[in-house]
Amino acid sequence: MAPEQVIGSIKQIPKGEGRTFEVAGQRVAIFHTRKGDVFAIGASCPHRNGPLADGLTDGTTVICPLHERAFDLRTGAGIGHDDCVTPYRVRLGGDGTVFIIRDLTGREHTSCAASPGE
Amino acid sequence: MKKQQLVVIGNGMAGARAVENVLARGGGEQFEITIFGDEPYGNYNRILLSNVLNGSQDPADIFLNPLSWYKENKIRLHAGARVNLINRFDKTVRVAESGMIVPYDKLLIATGSRAFIPPISGLILPDGSLKAGAFGFRSIDDCHAIIKKARASRRAAVIGGGLLGLEAARGLVAHGCEVHVVHLAGHLMEQQLDKAGGAILKTTIQNMGIHVHVEKSTNAVLGDDHVTGLAFKDGTTLDCDLLVISAGIKPNVELGVRCGMTVERAIVVDDHMRAVDDMSVYAVGECTQHRGRVYGLVAPLWEQAKVFAAHITGAKPAPAYHGSKIATKLKVMGVELACMGVTEAKEERDEIIQFSEPKRGTYKKLIVRDGRLVGGILMGDISKAAFLMQAFDRDSPLPEERLSLLFDLGAPSQKVTLDEMPAAAQVCNCNGVSKGAIAACVASGARSPKSVMEKTRAGMGCGSCKGLVSDIVAWLCGGETEEDPSVHYYVPCIPMTKPDLTKAIRQQGLKSVSSVFAALADGHEDAASKPALASLLSTLWNQAYEDERDARFINDRVHGNIQKDGTFSVIPEMPGGVCTPDQLMRIADVAVKFNVPLVKLTGGQRIDLVGIPKDQLPLVWRDLDMPAGYAWGKSYRTCKSCIGSDFCRFGLGDSMALAGKIEKRFRGIDSPGKLKLATAGCPRNCSEALVKDVGAVAVEGGQWEIYVGGAAGSHVRKGDLLCTVDNHDDVLLYSGRFMQWYRENAKYKERTYTFVERMGIERVRAVIVEDSEGIGSALDQAMQESVEASRDPWLERDAPKTANQFAELAEGV
Repeated sequence: MAPEQVIGSIKQIPKGEGRTFEVAGQRVAIFHTRKGDVFAIGASCPHRNGPLADGLTDGTTVICPLHERAFDLRTGAGIGHDDCVTPYRVRLGGDGTVFIIRDLTGREHTSCAASPGE
Repeated sequence: MKKQQLVVIGNGMAGARAVENVLARGGGEQFEITIFGDEPYGNYNRILLSNVLNGSQDPADIFLNPLSWYKENKIRLHAGARVNLINRFDKTVRVAESGMIVPYDKLLIATGSRAFIPPISGLILPDGSLKAGAFGFRSIDDCHAIIKKARASRRAAVIGGGLLGLEAARGLVAHGCEVHVVHLAGHLMEQQLDKAGGAILKTTIQNMGIHVHVEKSTNAVLGDDHVTGLAFKDGTTLDCDLLVISAGIKPNVELGVRCGMTVERAIVVDDHMRAVDDMSVYAVGECTQHRGRVYGLVAPLWEQAKVFAAHITGAKPAPAYHGSKIATKLKVMGVELACMGVTEAKEERDEIIQFSEPKRGTYKKLIVRDGRLVGGILMGDISKAAFLMQAFDRDSPLPEERLSLLFDLGAPSQKVTLDEMPAAAQVCNCNGVSKGAIAACVASGARSPKSVMEKTRAGMGCGSCKGLVSDIVAWLCGGETEEDPSVHYYVPCIPMTKPDLTKAIRQQGLKSVSSVFAALADGHEDAASKPALASLLSTLWNQAYEDERDARFINDRVHGNIQKDGTFSVIPEMPGGVCTPDQLMRIADVAVKFNVPLVKLTGGQRIDLVGIPKDQLPLVWRDLDMPAGYAWGKSYRTCKSCIGSDFCRFGLGDSMALAGKIEKRFRGIDSPGKLKLATAGCPRNCSEALVKDVGAVAVEGGQWEIYVGGAAGSHVRKGDLLCTVDNHDDVLLYSGRFMQWYRENAKYKERTYTFVERMGIERVRAVIVEDSEGIGSALDQAMQESVEASRDPWLERDAPKTANQFAELAEGV
């Protein structure tokens, strides 16, 4: 079982928005949807490095603020294009603590070609 | 549930299209579909037969649905099987040759039409076939036969100078024949052209080496067992060994007649495309007569097929066809032509706008009734066709400046036609999409400009190429594009136009974006729709608007314009480009202290500090201690100014003071698109007020002219004069009223230059200046409320609205 790391309180992320966090030297965009779900994906858009945490989101997608590339928050898969970002597994504790499943070196996260939903 | 049997007689463009539409509506679940085709092929695009004839397209290229399409969609195709009897009482159709009998629950007759063969002596043999050497021009088989004959032929005649006849003539020229077009009427293409237009077309075509005979009545086809020539009523003759008959079409209605349906010129149908005598039988295409009209063009057929499919699959409310307004773009022998409506003035009140340049083959004629287009002919130069066809189709009011209906004044003309445009030509310069990429997308099945834009990203940058993309899609689809109904929605996820949505929001008292999704979109959020809804709600509710920050684009969350590296630009307010030395020094100090990578003057006469990381924004604002310049959002941006009467020796009015008042009043006002303003102290317009969303220009006599709808960005347009007023206060009043009306009525991201053109400047003037709708004071009041609700967002430096609002990296814990 991969180790979990505490990210912080969900209060750090306003509902419907995302924030960039640093986890083990890597930048991760963590989103807090209006429904209360938490998702985490790589922080940069593969197209031109746009900050995805600054993008508009709904329950399942984020739109990069630079050139409107959309990604599925659940899988990291591009929507309407072939780029993708790394999805991370996150968990929301009962007290509002966000945990990320830390396996940033392994191959656990889905690769582009194998993204579910594509 | 057992599936019903849908039987389609006719595998041409109408029949196949109707079935496509049925399948698109999920009709495959309801019906088992059987299609009978007279010709032994899949279905093909008859419009392109002329290209097959002239050799520019291979017959294989004009097939619409390959045989595999029928298989994939579980359609039983009986190609080469001619249905000769419909038995309406036991609901079956019968094929004569094989004796096959097929039952139906619903029947569609789409038998189309055939070439009309005029009763000319010596043309038709006793067995009903044509004399050797004479051909109709209607099917692939006709094409093959004509081509074979043309190779051995010296001189060919075409009877009929309509569109198809001329296309046939062009094809014959390509095969090396000397070609004569023989036309009964006084001028060519009399369905689409008036006499003058026909005469110019005749000259153009003769210059291509084709002989044209008009007002020529053919008495007899000469030759014993093979065509050798024609004899005319005027006593003259013409030698020829190949004859193509293209004298119009005749609806194939025999099946309808035989089974006792009402047939006049064609099978009579109701508004649901049902035969008037039988609820189970439908008919579409050239074999039908609807409200007295029989159509011979493809566009009405598409509309009919759509209505048929919607009706038979049970759409509610029952869809109805109300007839088609005929507007077409054609290319006749390389001559571009656009025709719509009537060709001559019909009533005394009709006005005619006409331009003729016979030597260059250019002819333009418009027939205007009560300010609306009822007919038009454009030949040679059809650059205005898209606009005019739309105005004709929608019956929309025309601009008063009639000259601009015929010509693009002042702007360079688009010389390259879509035909000539190479596939590699870049159409969308923002996203690098070529004409070839658009063609590939259309070939893969996209049929609406919107779907092509979404798939290729063409037009998704600055948007200035959207019109061209739509034109290309329409051209590729041969004019048969599908309109996506969502183009009329304010946001794609809620099927309502802006007025309907506004009404629903007001009625239900929806004050936040999330409440709109909950009430009107089944609770489904849509990220892309959020900013548009936020803009609308802010305009509607002002202070009562429940601002949810996640509905804002990042620029509006942190009050700066995001740059390519994720940093932001900071532009303080500087009305009319005026600042104090003290402010200037503060800006310089900030630039030094924060090591700002770039300090630049903007196009709006302001100073831009570019490259500020998000977490430094509050610190920069604090040190600047100047109000925000709103240089990031869909809102009032700024007002430029020239020096005006203070120092300039030509100045007529105090433009700097006016710019200051405008900025103080309207700063921060949300709007559907950017609002960039300018004031000019004299008509020299050094501040470019004529190309601004709103511009005020001082003129002699202490007055100000207000211009609206100008642009000088991705689109260039001179503003329209709204009115001339006497003082600064009235400039504020009318420009404010205009901006409020724009805020309430424009689509999201629709700039004023599009909005003013869409509404028409006459209407804008009526509403804003003459208060024709009696909403003037309500608009003023609404604007006043917005002004009062506006707060400087840079004050959030001391009181952030959300957690980690300006954090570059959110802190853990």
